[in-house]
Amino acid sequence: MTRDQFETRAFGVLKWLSIAFFLVITVFPLVYMISLSFKDIPEVVTNPADVLPSWEQITTSDTYQSVLRSRDEGGFGFVKFLTNSAFVSVLAVFITVFFAIFAAYAAARLTFRGKKAIQSGIIAIYLFPAVVTAIPLFVLFTRVRIGGVPLRSELWSLAVVYLAQTIPLALYMLRSHFLSVPYSLEEAGMVDGLSRTQVIWKITFPLSAPAVAAVSLYVFMIAWNEFLFAFLFMVTQPENWTLALGLQQLNSTEVPATALMAGSVIISLPVIILFFAAERFLTEGLTAGGVKG
Amino acid sequence: MTVPGALIVGALIIFPILWNVVLSLQQVRLIDLQSLNFFSFDANLDNYRRVSGVSSFWPAIRNTVVYAISGTVLSIGLGLWAALIVRKPFKGRAAVRGLMLFPYVVPVVAATLVWQIMLNPTFGIINEWLTAGGGEPIRFLSSASYDVTILGFTFGIPLALTVVILFEGWRYFPFAFLFILARLQAIPGELEEAATVDGATISQRFRYLIVPELKGVLSVLILLRFIWTFNKFDDIFLLTGGEAGTEVITVQIIEWLNGRGEIGSAAALGLILAAILSVMLFVYLKFFYQEEEAA
Repeated sequence: MTRDQFETRAFGVLKWLSIAFFLVITVFPLVYMISLSFKDIPEVVTNPADVLPSWEQITTSDTYQSVLRSRDEGGFGFVKFLTNSAFVSVLAVFITVFFAIFAAYAAARLTFRGKKAIQSGIIAIYLFPAVVTAIPLFVLFTRVRIGGVPLRSELWSLAVVYLAQTIPLALYMLRSHFLSVPYSLEEAGMVDGLSRTQVIWKITFPLSAPAVAAVSLYVFMIAWNEFLFAFLFMVTQPENWTLALGLQQLNSTEVPATALMAGSVIISLPVIILFFAAERFLTEGLTAGGVKG
Repeated sequence: MTVPGALIVGALIIFPILWNVVLSLQQVRLIDLQSLNFFSFDANLDNYRRVSGVSSFWPAIRNTVVYAISGTVLSIGLGLWAALIVRKPFKGRAAVRGLMLFPYVVPVVAATLVWQIMLNPTFGIINEWLTAGGGEPIRFLSSASYDVTILGFTFGIPLALTVVILFEGWRYFPFAFLFILARLQAIPGELEEAATVDGATISQRFRYLIVPELKGVLSVLILLRFIWTFNKFDDIFLLTGGEAGTEVITVQIIEWLNGRGEIGSAAALGLILAAILSVMLFVYLKFFYQEEEAA
């Protein structure tokens, strides 16, 4: 057997072994999470190797109801966490896109003094540790009060601090997108008598719908998954807990693993559905923008 | 039109960084935050002395460097391996490619919970498998050191730190995978065909054709992943809380801020973190970074 034949055969086998390995390490934790969320905790403890739940367990399990029920009714209050997370994430998306779209357009099309410095500054800042920016923002939002209440105790304040992470990303991704829209299209519009503003609204923005959608989804996922700021700002206010914080706080008390897994399924499901529904243009956006993680 | 965007960047990023410097020179405590006057103070370096004086300071720096370097290497290594195996079309390739993104997409709180439960010493599936043939369950996330015997030599490995590094590799390999796959697919097929015709084997094509093509993207990935792992807080905080020899600087910063209420000290340690990172980045960019050619 020549070296070439040997390698072809060896790497052929290795390839399938590798695919199996990667599928196990990525899919098994997901299967484990979903399976445990339907099981009873005594059964998990007595027979841990028996992972998959029976059909009867899946249809009769009341773990999800108890996780979702409010605390007053003896549950873990996840409906409240869900609405908090949804509110913060959607708000963060709207504010981010609103501000980033104009700034990104200007950065791509217009020339002004200090443009280079601002652009490289934004990228450098994007790399700055979130824990470092978190400290002054925490002080500021604790100290500033509206009507005697610190800003930190308002749920919307989370959406505002998330802008520190989402705006640089959105600016970067949208700017790359605007650079890819041929300028000749806009020029043609202007030759036909449109003003600059009309060109932006009638030509450039409609062409940008997919890019804006991708940016929105990323911002939504960042806000939905975010833990550090939610922890710093809201840990003393259970009524403002997001899903990420609520789930982490649940973990520090005597809560069965099955309920924790049901909570994990609840927090993961929306982002998994969104990501895979839009996988194609999201992965393109990711490699273009480098989403922080 | 740029003004609002620039204002937000200024208010939420540049201003906090500058204010951090001021805070690090002040004696600011959480309990007297409301009455404090931020504009009159005696600037001094007490915070820097305090944070560098605690016994856990140097271990945290060592852990951070070890964690960042190993996490970067592991996630990029796994990502490269994964990209190479799904490069050529095969049946079910799209599904495999999609499923590989799962660790990166799932929220970090859920991912750390699954790991904690899988590694649980009493009912976790990993210990159940390991102890199936007898033996003691392993406390993966709470053992600072674990004795292993290989060829008659017994030595302790930092088990919990190893587990958080494995988590890092597992969670972020899809990021490297996507970048590397995109670059691999941009290599013209004729190049490889020509090499094959000339008798180059798979390993030779990898060494002399693919590796040079990937140098640029690997340099960028090392840079990004190193910075982000160096600054990472959530993963370790959620997995171990910084216990069992896994405390990194970011976890210590939040401990100063939230646990002890010493805001000034937290700010000082934050700037030390940023300073160490800057030095390491400078060395990397100066001596190791390879610019992507004509990209």
